[in-house]
Amino acid sequence: MWDVSLSVNSGEIVAIIGANGSGKSTLLNTISGLMHPAQGSIEFAGNDISVLEPFHIVDLGIALLPEGGRIFPDLTVLENLKIGSYNRKARSESSHNLQRVYQLFPVLKTKEAQLAKTLSGGEKQMLALGRSLMSDPKLILLDEMSLGLAPLLVNDLYRALREIRERGLTILFVEQNVRRSLTEADRAYIMETGRIVLSGNVDDLREEEKVKKAYFGT
Amino acid sequence: MSLLSDLATPIVMGILLGGLYSIIALGLSLVFGVVKEINIAHGDLVILGSYFGFVALTIVGIDPILSLIIGIPLFFGIGFAIQKYLLNRAFRISMDATLIIAFGISIILQNTFQLVWTPLSRGLTTSYALASFSAGPIYVPLVYLLDLIVAILVMFFLRELLRRTYMGIAIRSAAQDRMAAQLMGINTNRVYALTFGISTALAAVAGVFLGLTFPFTPVSGMSFLIIALGVVVLGGLGSIAGTLVAGIAFGLAQTLGGYFFGVAAQMLVAYTMVLVVLAVIPRGIFGR
Repeated sequence: MWDVSLSVNSGEIVAIIGANGSGKSTLLNTISGLMHPAQGSIEFAGNDISVLEPFHIVDLGIALLPEGGRIFPDLTVLENLKIGSYNRKARSESSHNLQRVYQLFPVLKTKEAQLAKTLSGGEKQMLALGRSLMSDPKLILLDEMSLGLAPLLVNDLYRALREIRERGLTILFVEQNVRRSLTEADRAYIMETGRIVLSGNVDDLREEEKVKKAYFGT
Repeated sequence: MSLLSDLATPIVMGILLGGLYSIIALGLSLVFGVVKEINIAHGDLVILGSYFGFVALTIVGIDPILSLIIGIPLFFGIGFAIQKYLLNRAFRISMDATLIIAFGISIILQNTFQLVWTPLSRGLTTSYALASFSAGPIYVPLVYLLDLIVAILVMFFLRELLRRTYMGIAIRSAAQDRMAAQLMGINTNRVYALTFGISTALAAVAGVFLGLTFPFTPVSGMSFLIIALGVVVLGGLGSIAGTLVAGIAFGLAQTLGGYFFGVAAQMLVAYTMVLVVLAVIPRGIFGR
């Protein structure tokens, strides 16, 4: 991945679009500290975070929902949510945030004592999103949140996302479904083989010839 | 009838002995399940606990069980430091490196024991070490009964710690998915150090009760490591209840094997049982 320049303003919802292997996940993993950039910098709220470890970055208010959700299968639903609020700041707000997650996904409350591995695919992803919210983030990064889910479930997840946004969270998401990305986001970046090739607000991008040809076949 | 009453002694002794085995195995299982390290120094850390009790008894003059009030936090600190300063660094290179370091720790401990306490066999000869009481037709040594009671107490405490505290849930998260745990804001290296610290604190407890039950020498750690490895694989990784059941199964196989085939066959029977069980249920009795 190289020459990637990207910015997200507070309160925005921004999409990163691209095919498999174009570097989208790498980008999100680097922001959250799982990998470190060889060059360049990543700034969050005015601080350089490019050398910080993931647990520091979570403390600063960035949460990543990794590809596949990565919930803890042998913890209960409630334990999964509880561990989401592990950092000291979020811990004091834990019960308040838990109520908000349960409001967003009532099904999680009814299954809170079950082991997470017994949930359905859609519920697992709701749990993963809820768990990310438990850390009380300012910026949330979503890596292919809807991958492999039925369209109805995807609608549910995006409805939740809009609610989350109403609360003032900033969202940066990676999505393979271009149509979906361009509907949900304010702005989008298009990546190809590790570079950003196009960016702009979604209304303009929809009209862009390259995007039309590559993704809508018209 | 006579066979049944004859069998009562090996059965009771096997179950009680299983308590001791499961305390020894518990720390090994914890590190194996969470950090994925095979800590081959665990047996020697247990024997370090035995020598700690020995020093408390013979030099300081306090009861070895009472000395655990200092021993548990002290051993926790030793274990925390071993993981933080040695194993976490090796971890970044490969898992093989951690195995070699654990082997090094094992040799250093054994040689230190020889230098400080000589190769002579030692024991924790407290006033109650040889006490026993009769229960129906059999005599039960008091320390054997203590072994099982303490095993159950220790396991209950560990289970509550892992279930109810943030630290406990963090340990279980890191065991299941290291990367996801980091994304929850968990410093996984610190969790590993805590886990190793708890494991070593368990070794202190195991060591004191081992010393009350059996005589020990500087090289005893290896034979108890072998027993503990058998118990861990038999019980299934990361299962506390499994460790207790497997410890008892191992103890029973040993005492009953000794009863039917003679003392020399004790370990043979116990290990044959481990292999047979694993052939049938590869993940162990309580394995996931």
